[in-house]
Amino acid sequence: MEKVGIVGVGQTKYERKKEDTFAELVFEACTGALADAGVGIEDIDNVVTVSNDFWDGRTISSMAVMDAAGSWDKDISTVEGDGVFGAMYGMMRALSGSFDTTLVVAHVKGSEGNMNLITNAMFDPIFQRQLGIDATSSAALQARSYMEKTGATEEDFARVSVKNHGNGVNNPFAQIQKKISVDDVMKSRKISEPLKLFDCSPITDGAAAIVISNEKGMKRFKKDPVWILGAAHISDSYTLGYRDLTSSPALEAAVKKAYGMAGITDPLKELDVVELADVYSYMELLWYEGLGLAPKGKGADLIRSGATAMDGDLPVNPSGGLLCAHPVLVAGLARIIEATLQIRGEAGDRQVKGANKALAHGINGPCGQAHGVFVLGS
Amino acid sequence: MGKRVAVVGFGQTIGRSSRKDVNGVEIINEAVVAALADAELTIDDIDAIVIGNMDHFEGINYVDSWSVEGSGGVMKPIFKVTTGGTTGSSVAMCAYYHAASGMFDRVLAIGWEKNSESDTTGAIITAFDPFWERPNIGGAIAGLAVEASKYMSNYGVTERDGARVAVRERLHALNNPYAHLHQEWMKGMEVDQLVELLVTSEQNQVLAYPLRMSDMCPRTDGAAAVVFASEDVAEKIAPIPAWVVATANRHDYVYLGDLNWDVNETLRDASRKVFEKAGIKEPLKEIDVCELYMPYSYAGLKWMENIGFCGPGEGPKLLWDGTTDMDGELPVNPSGGVMSYNAIGATALIRVGEAAIQVMRKAGTRQVQKDVNYALSTGFGGCSWADVMLLGKNKPA
Repeated sequence: MEKVGIVGVGQTKYERKKEDTFAELVFEACTGALADAGVGIEDIDNVVTVSNDFWDGRTISSMAVMDAAGSWDKDISTVEGDGVFGAMYGMMRALSGSFDTTLVVAHVKGSEGNMNLITNAMFDPIFQRQLGIDATSSAALQARSYMEKTGATEEDFARVSVKNHGNGVNNPFAQIQKKISVDDVMKSRKISEPLKLFDCSPITDGAAAIVISNEKGMKRFKKDPVWILGAAHISDSYTLGYRDLTSSPALEAAVKKAYGMAGITDPLKELDVVELADVYSYMELLWYEGLGLAPKGKGADLIRSGATAMDGDLPVNPSGGLLCAHPVLVAGLARIIEATLQIRGEAGDRQVKGANKALAHGINGPCGQAHGVFVLGS
Repeated sequence: MGKRVAVVGFGQTIGRSSRKDVNGVEIINEAVVAALADAELTIDDIDAIVIGNMDHFEGINYVDSWSVEGSGGVMKPIFKVTTGGTTGSSVAMCAYYHAASGMFDRVLAIGWEKNSESDTTGAIITAFDPFWERPNIGGAIAGLAVEASKYMSNYGVTERDGARVAVRERLHALNNPYAHLHQEWMKGMEVDQLVELLVTSEQNQVLAYPLRMSDMCPRTDGAAAVVFASEDVAEKIAPIPAWVVATANRHDYVYLGDLNWDVNETLRDASRKVFEKAGIKEPLKEIDVCELYMPYSYAGLKWMENIGFCGPGEGPKLLWDGTTDMDGELPVNPSGGVMSYNAIGATALIRVGEAAIQVMRKAGTRQVQKDVNYALSTGFGGCSWADVMLLGKNKPA
């Protein structure tokens, strides 16, 4: 793969009820990313937006943010899925020879939608929707089967939540900035057995944008880029009953490819920081295993060991992760932004010292059906 | 840098107003199986997949995830691209960039729609601003009626001119076994006679002046799939690959009220960009066949001018002198076009596929009887989104 890197990042503060319109959020994120890159919109060759018609309550949801994304008289397209997949497309366009630079921007206003109805609509309309299944209740099934299979406990899930909430306090962009204890998690309101309030990510509004450039385009930018060392995305099967919900073969396959590109053989040792999609607390344990950071069924051991805490060998989600702010779709781009800031040494109070190699991760579909990963480095 | 890429396979389902025998995943699978058979590949050969449709039509969220068991996306890279009417061409462009990036060799592009399961215009209305435009001009027909009226007023164009486009499209569709509309009664009748019938018949209901039923595209259940391959493998897969010579798009407006209603500017600008990249100076002479996303009849006049095939107001002349008929200098829409088969998420991908099979000389009864060096395909969508892809017989330099 030719060299391609990230040269600008921008994100809004993540909040529950923003008054800004979709276009205003997109404009803020894009303006931020361009300012960070030290360029104007004229230095952007093409644009990829990320949005979802269900979340926006609008057909062709990307139509409404064209001007805010600055794509007038430029090529533009739209990925409907997590921002990590938008970044994947943006990278392909920068590698294709047609463009040197791509602006990728994602937005969502979770507060204007109904999460239960919107995620219920990703299930089979004839047999499953009537059961009321949604992102949370399907995740609860996955959490329960993971517990059965591995012996992980609700307290283990709570440890993830405690760690990430603790980290979120250091992230000025995070929606929830509140230190909590295992006891707080265990006593919080039941949402869908075994998941409790603090095991679940919040409803969030926000936008994020990144600027990707190939080597030729790099001369437009003053800052050193953060290079994309590896990137891959893979989907598992859709029907929950066809999947082994206690493992993530799609993530394993995606990282195998991405690590191969990046020359990584021992991720736990070689990666310095990970930002992953902890939509629900238990997912972090499952993704540890998928990412090859823990042996199969041993995700809980890794959180118990403290290795993924801020002062551990491999801090995971120094930003607080999605448990502290979950702008759907934006989430994956925000992970890439956090990984980029870490490598630049610009992550402020949440900085992991000497971070050189980072992994950013995003998911699509129920129970982490599809995974996208980026390995970034200086 | 960047790989050259070609279309090496195309499959589509037969278009019907309602396919009750299959669900969405199954209709997707029909198209995928057909495209793979056409390319003589199996799903194991496919390195990545891009899929698209319109969420609000069937009411299914995260279609890329939902459809993997039909699309073949299990344990493969797949994501969704959705841009409205242009979805199919945007999916095609995305598959092209997948292969051009050097990351994937064989990429499957899929578009589909089951309009029988949707309130199509109801869903399209929500594409527009909830306060300013939904109550008055949202939806598929209203904006096009305004455009047609303005065009008629600007150039003295008549309803007969619009009807002549409809006649061409429906006559061409008679050669296409996949077309949704097969108006067999038109067979053997003179063009003038058909035009006269369309503009005078009381059965041909006016929907929004000047548009009658015959001026509009249908709502179709259908799916299409196109296989794109990088230069490393394309020639091994297809005897005559249809090379992507150039592609570009423009989407410059959010509000219908901001559009320049005299010119389809985005289609003009995207076409210019493609011609500039490809070194095309005289589109009418250099391009051999077109599959253009023309969702209604007057697009067959005005948009021909905007693409650059003729000057302003000259669309009717190009049409009436037979230039765009099957035996003309520039056959337009040998498939019968969007006005004969419109499964919205698939529609613009079918333009790419139909253009490709003209280059590959696999168009059967609708194959144009001339050498095809260049075939042009376009996509059109919400608030004047325009995608343009030029395919060619010769591997680009």
